[in-house]
Amino acid sequence: MTDAPAGAKIEIAHLAKSFGTHAVLKDVSLTVPAGGVVALIGPSGSGKSTLLRCINLLVVPDAGEVRVGNDAFRFGPGTRLPGTTALARFRATTGMVFQHFNLFPHLTALQNVMEGPRTVQRLPKPEAEARARALLAKVGLADKAEQYPSRLSGGQKQRVAIARALAMEPAVMLFDEATSALDPELVGEVLGVMRALAADGMTMVIVTHEIAFAREVADRVAFLRDGVVVEEGPARTLIDAPRHPDTQAFLAHFHRRGEALTS
Amino acid sequence: MYTWDFGSLWTYRWLFVQGLGVTVAFTVAIVVIGLLVGLAAALAKLSGFAPLRWLSDAYIEVFRCTPLLVQLVWFYYALPILAGIEISAVGASVLALSLYGGSFYAEIIRGGIVSIDRGQGEAAAALGMTPAQSLRRIILPQALKRMVPPLMNQSIIQFKNTSLVSVLAVPDLLYQGQVAAHDSYRPLEIYTLVAVLYFAALYPLTWIVRRGEKRLATSD
Repeated sequence: MTDAPAGAKIEIAHLAKSFGTHAVLKDVSLTVPAGGVVALIGPSGSGKSTLLRCINLLVVPDAGEVRVGNDAFRFGPGTRLPGTTALARFRATTGMVFQHFNLFPHLTALQNVMEGPRTVQRLPKPEAEARARALLAKVGLADKAEQYPSRLSGGQKQRVAIARALAMEPAVMLFDEATSALDPELVGEVLGVMRALAADGMTMVIVTHEIAFAREVADRVAFLRDGVVVEEGPARTLIDAPRHPDTQAFLAHFHRRGEALTS
Repeated sequence: MYTWDFGSLWTYRWLFVQGLGVTVAFTVAIVVIGLLVGLAAALAKLSGFAPLRWLSDAYIEVFRCTPLLVQLVWFYYALPILAGIEISAVGASVLALSLYGGSFYAEIIRGGIVSIDRGQGEAAAALGMTPAQSLRRIILPQALKRMVPPLMNQSIIQFKNTSLVSVLAVPDLLYQGQVAAHDSYRPLEIYTLVAVLYFAALYPLTWIVRRGEKRLATSD
């Protein structure tokens, strides 16, 4: 990768992934600079979630290259798949937030956030707890530390999930439709936390349907359709003035909705 | 008209106590060993390594689909000849009952593990946990809650299954009852008492299971 911009934190090159005969990703490349925020948008089934899951190798690509920081993996014929230990070590450096939160229901909010540092980093309990409490305070949930997830609202659950991912002190954060399962009135509190993270300089990749949020917070936006990046560019330029007809058609839906709301 | 006489059974009280002790000890042994075997078989069946899955499948189906009485007799009479080893009646009984129970436990444990939402394993993996850590810290604690009622149920069945070891002259409750019956010529009273003793030992257990189920249901 000689043409990579200096300081790129995440580099995805020529990624391909099929589930059975269905090609979900076809030769996708993506670069995220350190501290950059990239939003992946596109219709359902466009491959944006699969692309995100390939960044922390939750989905193992069929071909291509994945690099996060100094950890690089190459996939394709003739290459050996990384072992479970190597995979686990790599994933510990990337944080992920899921659409359905995936909090551990048998643990309190505090224990959820402590779980990674305790089990994976083998951090002593007092330090793990101090870190977890600080993070819960950061996402505005210091008073919910002892609650079980079943007692939390969707927005609160997702903020705990963000704290849980941050507890591993990851180099990058991946958001997989983090607000799609939330009631509309709860979306704001989660976006607020994500906005603050971006302002702190966290490197982030965000799969989202919140176009206005992507325009505001992301530096760059990539529009995916049918497993390829159709158009990629600076967030405002791409969203306000998309060049490719597919991007225009996709965004027209949101612009229309925006107009309907303001009129 | 038959005249019931339970008073004469008092002579055999220590026989019944010993028999019940052996039955309880057998149950504890075969439940513990059976659970370990079941857990191993369940994990093998969930493994990504196909030969391990086939092996586990073969074990489960062989022991689920043959009668326990046949297994007991086979382990005592046929296995020693086949393997060229000596095996005591107690050894054969523990082996057969544990493996039989393990085949049922395995399916319960496997079912409990696969019933946990896939997102849980994904979240654990995303945090950097190895599959073993994810299983121990995230999946099993949740699965265990769902597995406890059926596991207890199966263990109650195992308690009653221990009565079959009497065919190998292992001195359990039923065997001691038979001894007493031959001695006293009072089989009707004896088998009534044996039934009552099994019931008295098991009924409190079923009550504990029911209570446990209720508590688990409310904590979800």
